[in-house]
Amino acid sequence: MRETGRRPGAASALIVTSPHRIPEPPPGQAAGRHVPGAAVGASVLRALVEDGPALVVCDTEGGVVFRNSAAETLVPRLRDARRLASPGVPQWLSEAHARGAATAEGPAGDREVTATRSPLPDGLTAWRLADVTEERTACRRLADERGRTRFLALASARLLASLNRSKCLQTTAELAAGQLADAAVVVAPAGRRRMTLTGAVAGDAPREKSLPAAADVEEVPGLAEALAGFPPVPSRWVDPALAPQWLLPPGFGELGSLVVTPLPGNGVPAGALVLLRRAGSPAFTEDEEVFARVFAARAGAAISAAVLYADKNDTTEILQRDLLPPPLAPVEGLDLEGAYRPARAVERIGGDFYDVHPCTFGEGEEGTFVVLGDVCGKGPGAAVLTGRIRNTLTALRQVESRHDRLLRLLNDTLLRRQGADARFATMVLADATPLGHGRVGLRLTSAGHPAPLILRGDGRVEEAETRGTLIGVVPSVTSTTWETVLEPGETCLLFSDGVTEARGGASGNEMFGTQRLSGALAECARMPVRAVVERVEMLTAQWLGGNEHDDIALLAVGAPRGSHLTAVDGTGRGRYTG
Amino acid sequence: MTDQSLTDHPRTAPSPAAPSPAAPSSAGPSPAGPPVAGPGGAGAEERHEEFFAAVSDMDEHRAVDVVHRALDDGLAPESVLLEVIAPAQARVGAEWAAGRFTVAREHAATAISDRAVGALACHPAARTEPRRGRATVTCVDGEWHAFPARLLAETLKLRGWRVDFLGAHVPTPHLIAHLHATGPEVVALSCSLPVRLPTAHATITACQAAGVPVLVGGAGFGADGRYADLLGADAWAATATEAADRLERHGPLRLTPHVPGDPLAPLPHLEDQEYTLVSKARADLVGATVAGLGERFPALRDYSPRQLEYTREDIGHVADFLVAALYTGDPQLFTDFLGWTVRILGARGVPAHSLALGLELMAQQLRDFPRALALLGAGRAVVAAAGTDAEGAA
Repeated sequence: MRETGRRPGAASALIVTSPHRIPEPPPGQAAGRHVPGAAVGASVLRALVEDGPALVVCDTEGGVVFRNSAAETLVPRLRDARRLASPGVPQWLSEAHARGAATAEGPAGDREVTATRSPLPDGLTAWRLADVTEERTACRRLADERGRTRFLALASARLLASLNRSKCLQTTAELAAGQLADAAVVVAPAGRRRMTLTGAVAGDAPREKSLPAAADVEEVPGLAEALAGFPPVPSRWVDPALAPQWLLPPGFGELGSLVVTPLPGNGVPAGALVLLRRAGSPAFTEDEEVFARVFAARAGAAISAAVLYADKNDTTEILQRDLLPPPLAPVEGLDLEGAYRPARAVERIGGDFYDVHPCTFGEGEEGTFVVLGDVCGKGPGAAVLTGRIRNTLTALRQVESRHDRLLRLLNDTLLRRQGADARFATMVLADATPLGHGRVGLRLTSAGHPAPLILRGDGRVEEAETRGTLIGVVPSVTSTTWETVLEPGETCLLFSDGVTEARGGASGNEMFGTQRLSGALAECARMPVRAVVERVEMLTAQWLGGNEHDDIALLAVGAPRGSHLTAVDGTGRGRYTG
Repeated sequence: MTDQSLTDHPRTAPSPAAPSPAAPSSAGPSPAGPPVAGPGGAGAEERHEEFFAAVSDMDEHRAVDVVHRALDDGLAPESVLLEVIAPAQARVGAEWAAGRFTVAREHAATAISDRAVGALACHPAARTEPRRGRATVTCVDGEWHAFPARLLAETLKLRGWRVDFLGAHVPTPHLIAHLHATGPEVVALSCSLPVRLPTAHATITACQAAGVPVLVGGAGFGADGRYADLLGADAWAATATEAADRLERHGPLRLTPHVPGDPLAPLPHLEDQEYTLVSKARADLVGATVAGLGERFPALRDYSPRQLEYTREDIGHVADFLVAALYTGDPQLFTDFLGWTVRILGARGVPAHSLALGLELMAQQLRDFPRALALLGAGRAVVAAAGTDAEGAA
């Protein structure tokens, strides 16, 4: 193989006679006129090459033997370069030439250029150069755009998932740190004069802390404006030297650049997003800032939805508190256990209720007053009336201890207060008095309510013989009260018709019924009240087998079983802890 | 069949999901699981005996007393929980399985164990400053075996987690509302019976959709946790200790933030609709099977209404397990249950042929359901084999 030199007679498309230019056409071939049948002349070739894509021809030593004007435009320094390895000519090209690469690419000035080698005769090599700047930029934009769309879809899915404020803030910080910066901090208002900082360093779990007492959001230029939420403010560059230490997540390192972007919420300012990049990382481009704002808009909407949900939730919790069955505090000499399951799974309140109060009966006799009832209807509407009944009974119980008179007073009160949303209620009142030696005296009165069942020590189940008019319908109500004594280990079960009228079983539509309830109770002889209530609740639920049901309330009053209680004198004062 | 419903499951009994006659203690309430040898050593074992005696006698005060004394004597609260209370509770379940405890007595024992756990939690020795994240511990809707979940909740509390224990039978909407309100790092979901797996699947999906990863446990997910993966849980743990270790080692489970995908993907067999149709026809299936039993099994005619109801419940549970096996697409779920049932029947001196007959009658009604028929065929083989074993042993 010949290394150098040219064969003068070589039939080549390119007749190279000078290292710089295609030769002028010989005089016989006038420019512009082609002789039919003749070979393509040098003038045609010259035009083809000169107007064609950028081309550089080199010898094996890397000497530039030819370049066309397109190549000179792309790499101006080629005009005078005798060798590829000259200053101003891309180094990557001469290196590719030297190592015999088929293709190469790299920057040439502000352009992106690809080079493709074509071997020529005489040991020459042509490098075709192409300016791919626009194409590459478009591809990169497309890829970026796709990446951002993917990120926004993921971000939306994750942000939409939770209605928890902290979770939303953490997700925002985590997503922003992963995609937009080296770290992100979400500064968000948390109630009066309080701020939280939720920071995340890319790759780490986000952490929430309170804004230190000594710190002020005014220390970060633009942060206070961004936190105000409206009018919209552009994201703002901040001199990293001005960033206070409290803003940086622990272990972040040296700050290079920082941008503050508002998190516009739905009417409620959700906070501000601070994006941080380390020293050495590229600063934010305008494009990135715009994208950060798009992300911030979505995150802000999710956060303010969560804040709104939390506010409503807090309000509901407070309003519900008094409508929920009370926690049963321990009472000396008495075992109490309740269970409550509202009809609608999404609600915690319903039309069934129970309540327990320590009180005195008549002549200084102390005990516990228990009521379990059922307001017609379900859901919050019924629950509001249960609250009214409970409050009224608590107050009336202070002045009246006789059940029949108590029910009459309650009936009068309800009839007077009820308007358009007239509802009636049924209930059972019970006075439980520890009698000493583990025995408990019971006084039971039903007002239109299923009579309580008493489980005796030997497994017999008795129905309390009490009946009475339901409350809230007719002006005059009557009732009979029944008294009994629970021996140690015996239990009285108060229940609502949600238990006995539960429809299910094998056919799916049979009522659980009082008989089945008695049968279930009979198997619970001498069991702790808690187990009795749980067992009845479980059997009812199994009977329902997933069917819809009415509100269910259970309350068991038991005479404690066990020797320790026999030592307690039944009449002294100060025995009641509940 | 018996004078008590076999499948009126006790609260903490060895579940039919984990039938392991060779190692009855391992069939205990998961995720609490078998006792772990710890610093408690022999002390824990003696106290375990004492504790078991107390709960067997339904003596709450003695049971609480054992716990208090163990803590006063310096036994680690976690040991008391998992080496004294948990194994005793597993034994209660085993006693029930062996026919020595009635369901009611087992139930009472569980209530007392639960009180004992409460007493432990109030003891100064068990007081722990929360230093980790927040976790929600709950049971699948319809799940009454809250005790294993309670043990896990207390174990996590002892390890410094802020725990919200929601208890048994939690409706999924309540759980999700709770997750939004409190934003825990993880939900620990307990499921003791495989019949609740379809519900568990819905709950797992709902929690993940709310952005919270789910750790599952309980015998319902299979002794090796094979259904946990199938239903897309983020993690599974066999015992309370394992669950606590898992959460500690890996910190908060990082949920791969999945954009909600095709929920049918892991369960392609559901496309044949057999699960949907058979579960919808459950009441008819049970009714016809019991009627068929009456014709073929003359003794049934002399049953009291109560006994008939128990029989209906038993057939109902067979149907439930069949439906769950159709959902998961795993025949072993059904055959394991039948094998367990045969053993329980054996412990009560009841031969298994009525069960075999019940399966045959079900097959007659499900002729158009190839997957259900295959399951019933496999079930009959298991019952027949168990019957032969029993005769051989006799």
